[in-house]
Amino acid sequence: MSTITDTRSTLTGLTPLPPASGRAGFGGALRSEWTKIRSVKSTVWTLAAAIIISVGISTLGNWGQASHTSLSAADLARRDLVQRSMFGIMLGQLVMVVFGALAITSEYATGMVRTSLTAQPRRLHVYFAKLVIVTVIAFVVGEIISFASFLIGTHFWATKGVDLSLSSHGALQAVIGGGLYLDGAALLAFGVGAALRHTAGTITVGVFLLFVVSIIVNFMPDSWQADIDKYLPANAGGQVWATQHTADVGTAFGAWAGFAVYICYAVIALLAGLLVFKRKDA
Amino acid sequence: MIEVRDLVKRYGATTAVDHLSFTVQPGRITGFLGPNGAGKSTTMRLILGLDRPTSGSALIEGKPYRDLPDPLRHVGALLEARAVHGGRTAFNHLLYLAQTQGVPKRRVQQVLELVGLQPVANKRTKGFSLGMSQRLGIAAALLADPRILILDEPVNGLDPEGIVWIRDLMKALAAEGRTILVSSHLMNEMAVTADHLVVVGRGRLQADMPVAQFIAQFSGSAVLVRSPQLETLRAAVAEKGWQCTPSGQEGAVVVTGTTAPELGELAAARGLVLHELTPQRASLEEAFMELTREVGQFAHRAPGQPEPADAPVPGQYAPPSGQPDAGFTAPGAPGAGAGQPRGGNDGGH
Amino acid sequence: MIEAVGLTKRYGDRLAVDQLSFSVKAGQVTGFLGPNGAGKSTTMRMILGLDAPTSGRVTVGGKPFAQAAYPMREVGALLDAKAVHGGRSAYNHLLCLAQTNNLPTRRVDEVLELVGLAAVAKKRSKGFSLGMGQRLGIAAALLGDPQVLMFDEPVNGLDPEGILWIRNLMKALAAEGRTVFVSSHLMSEMENTADHLVVIGRGRLVADCSVQEFIDNNSELSIRVKTPELTKLNTVLTDKGAIVRADGDEALLVTRLGMTEIGDLAFDNGIRVHELSPIQASLEQAFMELTKDSVEYHAAVPAGKGA
Repeated sequence: MSTITDTRSTLTGLTPLPPASGRAGFGGALRSEWTKIRSVKSTVWTLAAAIIISVGISTLGNWGQASHTSLSAADLARRDLVQRSMFGIMLGQLVMVVFGALAITSEYATGMVRTSLTAQPRRLHVYFAKLVIVTVIAFVVGEIISFASFLIGTHFWATKGVDLSLSSHGALQAVIGGGLYLDGAALLAFGVGAALRHTAGTITVGVFLLFVVSIIVNFMPDSWQADIDKYLPANAGGQVWATQHTADVGTAFGAWAGFAVYICYAVIALLAGLLVFKRKDA
Repeated sequence: MIEVRDLVKRYGATTAVDHLSFTVQPGRITGFLGPNGAGKSTTMRLILGLDRPTSGSALIEGKPYRDLPDPLRHVGALLEARAVHGGRTAFNHLLYLAQTQGVPKRRVQQVLELVGLQPVANKRTKGFSLGMSQRLGIAAALLADPRILILDEPVNGLDPEGIVWIRDLMKALAAEGRTILVSSHLMNEMAVTADHLVVVGRGRLQADMPVAQFIAQFSGSAVLVRSPQLETLRAAVAEKGWQCTPSGQEGAVVVTGTTAPELGELAAARGLVLHELTPQRASLEEAFMELTREVGQFAHRAPGQPEPADAPVPGQYAPPSGQPDAGFTAPGAPGAGAGQPRGGNDGGH
Repeated sequence: MIEAVGLTKRYGDRLAVDQLSFSVKAGQVTGFLGPNGAGKSTTMRMILGLDAPTSGRVTVGGKPFAQAAYPMREVGALLDAKAVHGGRSAYNHLLCLAQTNNLPTRRVDEVLELVGLAAVAKKRSKGFSLGMGQRLGIAAALLGDPQVLMFDEPVNGLDPEGILWIRNLMKALAAEGRTVFVSSHLMSEMENTADHLVVIGRGRLVADCSVQEFIDNNSELSIRVKTPELTKLNTVLTDKGAIVRADGDEALLVTRLGMTEIGDLAFDNGIRVHELSPIQASLEQAFMELTKDSVEYHAAVPAGKGA
């Protein structure tokens, strides 16, 4: 019996660790980042807020438009009701910016990053583990938002005689695209956050890129607008959750081309973030 | 002078301060000691009128703090260095305090100079290190040239030079006849700073005496003797009924049960050469730990916790008394976690 | 073992760490001293790879820390007790660290128990006192059962029992053959804890020697003698070239003469001795002596590797 209790090393009084083999790598980093995300109330609440706000706004919008429209079912069917049904994404993207930003900037705000990088000094593991977790969570939450918004919306439009469903023309792709668009917003903020290491600054930049830029461009001469407009993140990315791509202003990208442009912004931000995260003193 | 008379403070079921009476005399530094949760911070807050006592009184120059006509001119206090609006500059922080008390503006410059913050007077305190905040807190305490100073852990965050500086400052202020009450967890620091000690545990007074007496009372006496005629000396010591223990050094033993002069006389009488005769002075820390053992755990202890007398096995990591910070490990005993009583105590804030 | 070679860190115009070379050996507690701004924290951050050196290198166990197979098994560090996310519970904080190094979950409970935080394991660390935060940081450092431990100001916020506990912990860890590297501003604490010292000032190495050597090199040993025959002893000692000062009414402070010589002289002259003890300068006095004037940083370098 005594030989068994003696497995505790005399001084530490702790069970000895199993012998080490291999190296601390990406798998551990991934598990760790998942623990980090789920163990902090602020991220959990941010995601819950994203869902509640987006789906709520979508529901209100669909209800309001469907009950007050004077258009006939045929006219309505010519509108992009799929995109309209997911209107809440416009606000949801802001909350996703907050989520993406917090996923990295909260480490700097609290100083946790120094502890994290002491546990795993191979910074690329930490960065990519965070990135994977943020991407997956934002994707899941984004899809919940887009599908819930759309499915709730179909009920309101059904009362107007418009038969809208996932099998409607382009609807499934646009609804999936809505979630992807939200995911892109979170990734953009994550990249900016890694580069700036500052929560408020990151959110400001995110809002600027997704909203303010469009407003500024609106004040430009029309000929400029026609060239620039489609490249703006919100406009380019907006195509992937729309079913009609040759909208009012000039030419627009197709769904996936637009999404590719949108994701380019995120990738640039993520690369900048990566460089700063890897190189700069923590 | 600060007089604490039969002071009691309860937070719900927890008695943070339990019929505490002591007097802090002017002209000397009084160290205020006790483990986390012993009631030190609460007592200081009661003295400063920040909390209202359940019963009893804490008087400053004979009056409760809130009845003093110009409180800051009577008492300067440093309780929490971080309790400063970070957006304000050091100068403006002090100026604002000075204005509330009718202290002239030039005094602000003087105290900034005194604490060595002159170069950063116009910087916002947000960027201050803990040591700088500490100096600013001390500057604020000294602003109105008070007769009484109450300092809670003043060396926190200071570097060695800063530590020596604040120690010398306190000594100088005491020498001017001011009353100084200073709390600290650093026994070695208290040993070289304080003249007098007030020790509390579980909200009650455990000791109120000069430092030297405290050390003498709570530690045994022992003398290290070195002699080329060690064996003869050993025999002589044994004859006297004193005890010899190995000293860990070659050619020297530790004798207990006697004093250095007695041992010196014995050696002289027997014609023995002494190469060293050092009274082993216990440290304040040792004395403090001995007191802790004698009166039982100072802070509230949950049932089932080992008695503090269960000395840890040497080399084992277990905190002395098997329970660190004497409080917050207490499992499942509401109010027993003395590190975090409901009203906020030494343990937190 | 930690080994720094020519370690340099420059922030703009300012040299925070300047050609620093030292090694921290296993099996002893090495104190890391220096005034504020001397470069201690920067050095510790470079050891951990948090900051990249401008030039020079530092290795832990022979290789850069970032190359360690399991970093937490190599080095446990407590640099800043506040470097935690306050919204996370103590348990989850340690869990997410343990997972990065594939450490068993059981270990988290064990270290929480060890540092005395088991009862508050599920509480968010935001509400922790400084002392509790410190214990959480120590728990994190011990998670990987590392061979090298680094602590920056570990006694901060601890009460007397906590201070004694961490001191004994560091000594025990060193006695197990681990490398313990600890910085502190509390000289009296270091004197009780450290075996060896690395002292820096203005980013440069000022001393690298044992505590005893450091004190001996930066202060003069004096002997305190008590006797009922004060005048007689004074004359005897002064004749032998000793420098004698009065220490109160009944004792003398003697320099330039050893304890053995004084004892022999007293015996030869039939002088009864009531005390004969070495008055050791404190580490603080030695440190102040060494750093009182930055110009003397180099003049006063004891037998270490001068910068």
